[in-house]
Amino acid sequence: MADSKIDIAYVAQLARLDIDAAQAEKLQSELGDIVRYIDKLAELDVTGVEPTAHAISRKNVWREDEVRDSFPRETMLANAPSLVDETLIKVPQVLPGEGSN
Amino acid sequence: MSNIDFAKLSVSACADALAKKEYSAVELVKAIAENVRKNDGEIRAFLKFDEESALAAAKESDARRAAGKILSPYDGIVIGVKDNIAVTGETISCASKILAPVKSPYDATAIAKLKNQGFIPFGRLNMDEFAMGSSCENSAFFPTKNPLDTSRVPGGSSGGSAAAVAAKFLPSALGSDTGGSIRQPASFCGTVGLKPTYGRVSRYGLVAFASSLDQIGPLSPNVEDAAVILDAISGHDPMDCTSLDQTGTNAAAAVRAGRDASLKGVKIGLPKEYYAASGLDSGVAKVFDEAIENLKKLGAEIVEVSLPHTEYAVAVYYIVATAEASANLARFDGIRYGDRKEAKDLVDTYFKSRGAGFGAEVKRRILLGTYVLSSGYYDAYYLRAQKVRTLIKRDFEEAFTKCDLLLTPVAPNLPFHFGEKSDPLQMYLSDIFTIALNLAGNCGVSLPGGVDPTTGLPVGIQLIAPNLGEEKLLTAAAIYEKQAFAFAPKAFGC
Repeated sequence: MADSKIDIAYVAQLARLDIDAAQAEKLQSELGDIVRYIDKLAELDVTGVEPTAHAISRKNVWREDEVRDSFPRETMLANAPSLVDETLIKVPQVLPGEGSN
Repeated sequence: MSNIDFAKLSVSACADALAKKEYSAVELVKAIAENVRKNDGEIRAFLKFDEESALAAAKESDARRAAGKILSPYDGIVIGVKDNIAVTGETISCASKILAPVKSPYDATAIAKLKNQGFIPFGRLNMDEFAMGSSCENSAFFPTKNPLDTSRVPGGSSGGSAAAVAAKFLPSALGSDTGGSIRQPASFCGTVGLKPTYGRVSRYGLVAFASSLDQIGPLSPNVEDAAVILDAISGHDPMDCTSLDQTGTNAAAAVRAGRDASLKGVKIGLPKEYYAASGLDSGVAKVFDEAIENLKKLGAEIVEVSLPHTEYAVAVYYIVATAEASANLARFDGIRYGDRKEAKDLVDTYFKSRGAGFGAEVKRRILLGTYVLSSGYYDAYYLRAQKVRTLIKRDFEEAFTKCDLLLTPVAPNLPFHFGEKSDPLQMYLSDIFTIALNLAGNCGVSLPGGVDPTTGLPVGIQLIAPNLGEEKLLTAAAIYEKQAFAFAPKAFGC
């Protein structure tokens, strides 16, 4: 079984979460308790048991590849925090380097 | 003064009164809005409500009724909506700062189906942020209080829905249930709460927390209302690929036809592991024992069954649910919608927007979910949890070869006081009686079982049925409600 010590800074990096030092310390102890608790699954022998991803198994669901109505662009952009020309979502600089938008 | 009797507010009562022209849909909406304005200041079940749009819908409903063209007997009845279910033009914040500015561009399928019957969605009901919590204390905006005792929590995560129904602000409300989020607040507030079979109700338009566990369901003052709402929202939906091939329920008719009957011939299983669970509050245990006696008097045969993997359910749940949540909540990054915290580049914007936008419990679960899915830990946690989930599912299948329904407590404790459970693991462990059901997929209902002798607070009992057994489940619940115990809280402020 995995060891119960979580590297909070590393996991927060993976999850793209800004966590300050005070929060990290608290989370370290709380998540440590939780991980020690979930480690109890190691007691069970699960050899040969199939995993369940969904409670009620479904086959792949197909539909005809046909043109259907979609939402108007302005409807879907109405929630965007920042737009360019009312048609494009404005984003911060994507690649590192000189200059910025 | 309106001629609406708030103490008896229910879907069935409203349908009756609208049919007899005791009041109009417009009068109903106005009276409900007025009552919420007057009395919700202390409870705070509502994040907000839009009286104008509800009134517009009510006017259309009254016109249909005048023309003899009602969409259903429920045309013009108001229904509350948890803040993670999409209603066109309304905010959908999931009680989170990160989604506070967002308005839904479309209706959830459950909402569209309710509108097809003339129901009027009303208000955005408070919840634990992203449905993560058991007390409504995790709302980013404010906690909701239990209308039966305002020093206590209403339960969660559908705490606003349960409180609004218990306070008689609304005839019924929609909630969502991933690990007990409908049934536990229903128990805490003395209402009925139904988690349908996984795949029974479309999840289209429900903000995903844990996709393999989430279901929308009703919180209602009585079993019949819950059946009416289930009938309206159930059925196959091509917009949700996990929606089952089924035509939907006819539960209200089953409830009306069956509630005067006995439970003769019905075998009810008591899972011995649940009964033996330590930490059961004495009041909860007393009500549970009385419920067993009541069911026997009603003719049911009580048999002992075993769900041997019960003690692993909480661990499996908090691996599966957090893993799915960490993936589902990755989309909230401040770019396409929601609250953005501008930063030096794209990745930093993700960090800042998510860091500021999510509350402590949501961060905790995203981190746990990310951890159990991360390289080196996937097999030990996530894959193993999915295998144990198979064992838990088999436990239920095996139990249902020996009985028709299962009876269990809903929560091990009475509604707790604000701040009483500050340790996250202790809070998680209190979900023990509700979460196995989500892992197995079965339907379950929480209904008032009796009253705790010390506090006078209602205590819920849970009945569980095999997959797609809602009609049988709700009929048995209605028999208990009508013939053994019916809890009728006072309208708040009256």
